Amino acid sequence: MRVHVPIAICFLAGLFMLVQFFVPHHLGVVYYEELQAWTRIVIAFTMVLGISSLIRTHWEKIRRRRQDWGYSVVTLVSFIAMVTIGAARGSEKGSPFMWAFDSVFNPLDATMFSLLAFFMASAAYRTFRARTPEATVLLLTAVIVMLGRVPLGDMMVQHGAYGIWAGLLFLCIAWAAFPWCAARFGRGTAWALGVALMLVPVALLVVSAHLRGMPISGATEWIMNTPAVGAKRGILFGVALGSIATSLRIIFGIERSHLGGH
Amino acid sequence: MFERLQHIDRRYIFIAIALAVIVPFLTGLQLPNGAVSPPTKDLYDLIDKLPARTPIMIAFDYGPASMPELQPMAVALVRHAFKKNLRILTVCLNVQGVPLAEDTLAKVAPEFSKVEDVDYLNLGFKSGGASVITGMGVDIQHVYRTVNEKPTAPMPVMAGIRNYQQIGCIIDLASSSTVDAWIQFAVEQFHGKLAAGVTAVMAVDYYPFLQTGQLSGFMNGLKGAADYEVLLGKRDKGVLGMASQSIAHALIVLFVVLGNIGYLMSRKPR
Repeated sequence: MRVHVPIAICFLAGLFMLVQFFVPHHLGVVYYEELQAWTRIVIAFTMVLGISSLIRTHWEKIRRRRQDWGYSVVTLVSFIAMVTIGAARGSEKGSPFMWAFDSVFNPLDATMFSLLAFFMASAAYRTFRARTPEATVLLLTAVIVMLGRVPLGDMMVQHGAYGIWAGLLFLCIAWAAFPWCAARFGRGTAWALGVALMLVPVALLVVSAHLRGMPISGATEWIMNTPAVGAKRGILFGVALGSIATSLRIIFGIERSHLGGH
Repeated sequence: MFERLQHIDRRYIFIAIALAVIVPFLTGLQLPNGAVSPPTKDLYDLIDKLPARTPIMIAFDYGPASMPELQPMAVALVRHAFKKNLRILTVCLNVQGVPLAEDTLAKVAPEFSKVEDVDYLNLGFKSGGASVITGMGVDIQHVYRTVNEKPTAPMPVMAGIRNYQQIGCIIDLASSSTVDAWIQFAVEQFHGKLAAGVTAVMAVDYYPFLQTGQLSGFMNGLKGAADYEVLLGKRDKGVLGMASQSIAHALIVLFVVLGNIGYLMSRKPR
């Protein structure tokens, strides 16, 4: 009974939602609206579950004096203070609750997120190395997108700095290829090849005069619209097929982990 | 020397980034915005072509953490809508978005002498995520019967609005995957017109939906906000922030190039 009734409810609700999506009959809309109201009520109860879980977890940590239990005290005190202030004085503009939200929560939350910029800068510096051809492609793409997303990238192109960046790139390629060429053809030939490669940026500087009309943001849009979309579509298809399979397993009672147990 | 280029102390990187972000804000440095991205232009044109008094819906699905990127978008959008004499409904699937929506409306409405409940209304937060979106697809006033204990039905701002069919455009400003739910239900099931504004880190996830036409316009991070401000002709925090972001990005590229020069120069021949 404890298993079959929830499975039957799940089957009927799942089947109804599936059918009403494709059959826009008036009766379906009426029951659909009703079911949506039920869903919102059920979801509201999950807040109670979340609050009880928060209190239980942090209270246990404080009671057993686990590592960093002081942070749990701050969490619980802040939670109780905000709930009390909100319940007693409301949450309208100018209320103590909104003062705490604007003056304490807002800056703290923004600070946490802004720290990401520092870690991303440090991580990019340490990880974007041209160790392999794949890593080099990733590195170049990242550089183009980073510059293409800001006005400075376009300004560089408009001021003919394309050649300088290309020069830096070819300098890197020459230095990367030098040990391999030296081992295979001898140092003399490697130097000659290196110098020849160095001449490429000079040619690019000339060409860049004609490229001034093509901003780097255009290259960024192409990367976002073409290779990135291709990869993302593949992921989306995989996720969608997985979701359909899991949903059908739940509707037909094959997957029962949501009922508890195994 | 080249070995050292590979191991610059991270504290120097942190100081450089901090200066790159703070100094342009303090000096008010502004750079030319450059080319406007086509998806942002699409969104601007969509709003611009709506007839006067058409209602639009803006979803504030983000919290204070994403304010630097998304709040300039919200301000520019609201400013554009009021300038075009459109009605604005705001909703929040993220509870933290409620005060941000109120702040935005309270800041911009006086510029255009707009009145609450007549020209705009913050419907506020409802728990339920996707079920709120689908509920509004059937009947918005069934989901939001009252706002601040006042019934929504008699409000002039709600006149003639039943569901997404009467909304000129829904714009989801999001720092999480709520855009997916809006696409799934508001667009696919109820045939609403949707655009989005998201943080730059999420942007790549939504380009496929632009190509399929499920998103009618799109703002990508702070650059999207700056582009919108430029189109609107009212430069604000989006454009101001781009100077900081430009210098920070250039610095990161410089550090990456230095690290690679160090790596390639100190590599021994095999």
